[in-house]
Amino acid sequence: MKYAYYPGCSAHSTARDMHESAVAVAGLLGIDLVELPGWTCCGATAAHQTDPVLAASLPAANLLKVRDMGLDMVANCAACYNRMKVANHEVSTDPAMRKLVSEAVGRDYDGSVKVRHIIEVLLDDVGLDNIKSAFKRSLNGLQVACYYGCLLVRPHEVTNFDDPENPTSLDRLVTVMGGVSLDWPHKVECCGGGLSMSRTDVVVSLTDSIVGMAKAAGARCIAVSCPMCQINLDMRQQDIEKQTGTRHDMPVLYITQLLGLCLGISPDKLGLNKLMVSPASVIEKIEIHAHE
Amino acid sequence: MAITIKKSSNEVEGLIGRVEEISGVDLNLCYQCKKCTSGCPVAKMTKSPPSEIMRRLHLGAGDELLGSDIIWACVSCETCSARCPMGIEVAAVMDALRILALEKKAAKQEGNVPLFNRAFLSTVRLFGRTYDIAMIAAYKIGTLKLMNDTEKFPTMLKKQKIALMPPTGADRKTVRRIFKKAKQNKADKE
Repeated sequence: MKYAYYPGCSAHSTARDMHESAVAVAGLLGIDLVELPGWTCCGATAAHQTDPVLAASLPAANLLKVRDMGLDMVANCAACYNRMKVANHEVSTDPAMRKLVSEAVGRDYDGSVKVRHIIEVLLDDVGLDNIKSAFKRSLNGLQVACYYGCLLVRPHEVTNFDDPENPTSLDRLVTVMGGVSLDWPHKVECCGGGLSMSRTDVVVSLTDSIVGMAKAAGARCIAVSCPMCQINLDMRQQDIEKQTGTRHDMPVLYITQLLGLCLGISPDKLGLNKLMVSPASVIEKIEIHAHE
Repeated sequence: MAITIKKSSNEVEGLIGRVEEISGVDLNLCYQCKKCTSGCPVAKMTKSPPSEIMRRLHLGAGDELLGSDIIWACVSCETCSARCPMGIEVAAVMDALRILALEKKAAKQEGNVPLFNRAFLSTVRLFGRTYDIAMIAAYKIGTLKLMNDTEKFPTMLKKQKIALMPPTGADRKTVRRIFKKAKQNKADKE
């Protein structure tokens, strides 16, 4: 299982933990992630709010590099994954766009490189049985609210990821880890994404509603797989407390951090010290019944 | 099932023509069920929800529409597009309105999202990848919101959630070429 790995810009800043935990987990599960040489930014929200050709060309430059390697691309960040898939869709369905993108990038690109999210690789290529047999620890009935946000599931005709209104990919992973994945209504609500700095008011209001709902459903932590969801849900809890007086104290972990803990990887190799809300209660729950 | 309605040959007034051209969306398919607004996470925080924007476009709204607060409060979550019974990409309409607002230099909105986007894209143009410190500095100086979130910086630096050094190893040459081409395309249009 060899893939061209596209870490995305946040892997070196706000989401170092996402990157570290994915690489550690992949190593133990036989997923060979070859970092894409010279990879560049996908353009994220800023590009598609500014210029459609720029928004398709920035991902296309990376997809062409992957094509040269003859592999599928694996993205870890939901936003990068989304932009790559949208670019593929635009280039392959709109000949005028294909021409403009090819001119910008300097080579013709037909939109044919396969883009996968690491969750898809875990579920479809490694498989739940193989993952399960590699576990050394269990979540011991930990109640987890799985949060998918927007970018994995929408637009569904482009990403084709799971079910757009009630996805269960993360829930299946939590269940196999021995956790209880909760039924809750905010799985695919939006956290405010890239507006965290420019419209903090919007993001604080949306994250308060999401974290509050997870808490009401009985969650002891939230599992995510998008760096913007993670930073917004985790970091903005400080602002929620300041503005509303409500202290949620809800750890927000990447699914790969939970998987890493169950695989017996030490917390510092999974970037768990980088979370703003301490995940100590989660680690304790897993370690307490460690059955080695 | 999508129903295609033949558009009238009369000259269409207002922004609707440009919006349809940029977004590739047929706005005549909208029958105002308001499902987009029901699912919109920012509708309750804005004066004009998405369904109203759609209706105003039908009614021939002009440049005044580009001052609507939802244009820059929209979080691009695409729930509207996902739930539209007519398959209209409402989120693409929002992108088109943002592009027109920039083109026609419409009034700035709360938070100055275009400045954030420019700061973000400038670091990408220079380094091939984002460089948070430079982006945050450019945005903060531009908006004079210097103190926002500063209390989080020490913790974020300690946790290495903000990289001090600019990114290395990116194929800057291709990225510069893409930005140059984008600038050229824009100049050709004007």
